[in-house]
Amino acid sequence: MLISTKSMTRIGTAAVFATASLFAMAAQATDITGAGSSFVYPVLSKWSAGYAEKTGNKLNYQSVGSGAGVAQIKEGTIDFGATDAPVKAEDLAQFGLGQFPVVVGGIVPVVNIPGVEAGQVKLDGATLADIFLGKITMWNDPRIASQNAGVNLPAKKITVVHRSDGSGTSFNFTNYLSKVSPDWAAKVKFGTAVEWPTGVGGKGNEGVSQYVKQIVGSIGYVEYAYAVKNKISWVDLKNAAGQVVAPSAEAFAAAAATADWASAKDFNVIMTNASGAQAWPITATTWVVMYKKPKNAEHTKVAFEFFKWALENGQKDAASLDYVALPDTLVKKIEAYWASEYKH
Amino acid sequence: MQANVGAVDATVPQQEARARRDARHDRLFSWLLKGCALLVLACLLGAAGATLWGGRHAFGTFGWHFLVSDAWDPGSDTYGALVPVYGTLMTSFIALVIAVPISFGIALYLSEVAPPWLRTPVASAIELLAGIPSIIYGMWGLFIFAPFFADHIKPWLTNYLGNKPDDGKLSWVAQHTFLGKLFGSDYPFGASILTAGIVLAVMIIPFISSVMREVFQTVPSRLKESAYALGSSTWEVSWDIVLPYTRSAVIGGIFLGLGRALGETMAVTFVLGNAMQLSASILDPGASIASTIANQFSEAAGLQKSSLMALAFLLFVVTFIVLLIARWMLRQLAHKEGR
Repeated sequence: MLISTKSMTRIGTAAVFATASLFAMAAQATDITGAGSSFVYPVLSKWSAGYAEKTGNKLNYQSVGSGAGVAQIKEGTIDFGATDAPVKAEDLAQFGLGQFPVVVGGIVPVVNIPGVEAGQVKLDGATLADIFLGKITMWNDPRIASQNAGVNLPAKKITVVHRSDGSGTSFNFTNYLSKVSPDWAAKVKFGTAVEWPTGVGGKGNEGVSQYVKQIVGSIGYVEYAYAVKNKISWVDLKNAAGQVVAPSAEAFAAAAATADWASAKDFNVIMTNASGAQAWPITATTWVVMYKKPKNAEHTKVAFEFFKWALENGQKDAASLDYVALPDTLVKKIEAYWASEYKH
Repeated sequence: MQANVGAVDATVPQQEARARRDARHDRLFSWLLKGCALLVLACLLGAAGATLWGGRHAFGTFGWHFLVSDAWDPGSDTYGALVPVYGTLMTSFIALVIAVPISFGIALYLSEVAPPWLRTPVASAIELLAGIPSIIYGMWGLFIFAPFFADHIKPWLTNYLGNKPDDGKLSWVAQHTFLGKLFGSDYPFGASILTAGIVLAVMIIPFISSVMREVFQTVPSRLKESAYALGSSTWEVSWDIVLPYTRSAVIGGIFLGLGRALGETMAVTFVLGNAMQLSASILDPGASIASTIANQFSEAAGLQKSSLMALAFLLFVVTFIVLLIARWMLRQLAHKEGR
């Protein structure tokens, strides 16, 4: 009886210690929360898994859409927001926020034309805009044919496929069309959702790629990774330097490197139609938005450590998902921006 | 004797106490029930009020114009509800036109014609259909039905009925009737108002047919047997005995299905085509209230968000009006029958 009581006590003590050490471990790891853009969700998940393995700090990211992400960081309910459209300078100043880009990705026009493979069709921006405006309605239109000598384009109606949901992909795509077509800039403008002059709307990248696959003679736009995964033919584009380029990690990186970061405050540059000779014209980034004076110092510190780690070590993870890590020159600029703007 | 009187005296206060307790319990119970009922009312008013409050900015900016404008342009911040409201009403109307006769057939077959051993399995299969989540109907619609529709049904409709046939030869129907406009389409794909209507019909058939089957079974067999004895055919019994006997419940079932069709979101979003354009053709893509909200809410801000809230309020109003019409129809029927 006595022995059993003793051993019971021992077990009890052991249990108390075990529980205590468990709590101690839990206290060491800090969970940071972010919300916003669905464009960065895959790469953020991959980074956070790698980072958690290394440090034990977890990232909880809700891919609720850029608008909601910015709204939540303004309310201060999360540690960082992520948005596909840069936050306006007035808003940043009013709420004491700063922003910086984290990763680059490409958006590609995709087509379904019988007998035409990826990269065979070449278009310039103005033609692409006129197709999406509904002004060019046939694939054998002289304006398309003149840019595609040797490609057998059928006399088939063009069906435009666009995103039906508000999205950063649409934001960057329409931003590009506004830059290359005065007509588009005047009639449709750019934004996460616009009034599309023609065509059918698919929900999400998967909805658009599904429609493009189903509809013969269609043209849509998706993130590069979706076109690769779903084996849809993309279109090569003529960029601002007058070169015809194919979408690739190098072309996206070239756009990120040649975008006009120097003259922009708070990295407020939409890098579509970048000037580099090899730059892919519809390249997009996602900005992370954080408080300059943190509400929760400990969480913010961990968040910065996470992004520092991701920008410096996350290239491989990004590449495996067909994103492109930021070029070194830009990473240096971001780290300088952190040092000068953020107090933590 | 004395003891006896004492016993009676003791029971009277006991009975009174019990009666008081019962009365108290009844009162509590009725308050509880009243609370439950009021809670539903409060939820309804709260939701309607919240959407109206959220949409006040849009209603204030556009006024009545919001209801009749077909613009939905986030670029210049102009919004109108006409396209989504029309899409919601049209898809639900098509769904009803298809679903009601089919449900009627299913219910009649199961309650009047089918051999008894077949009734229970088929009835449970239909109830299972009613339990399938709408996203699954949506995926089926997008991946299987829409391509099939585009390849096999739509070309036939546009060629023989529409005013924009591929070969340029207008059919007699297209030249002489309004069907030409209804079935003309420039688009070669399957997502359209008609596709959404058909998918909705498939979704609401289980609801309507199981209600109809239940009520058809309540018709007293002596009525039916009398009619049969007088030499009626099965059709005559169904049309002249079963249907009039169950008319109000049948209409109730139809409106239950209509309610689901009006508010259906995911399945419609997948197959409606999500184009904010007003078109006379039911083979062109469109938008519904629920699909517009589902599509745009996550990225909307400011006036656009307010307009989406206003759309949600309009969905309340549309549903309410539909229910009012149902009530009115039932009353008209009751009048006609002299009740």
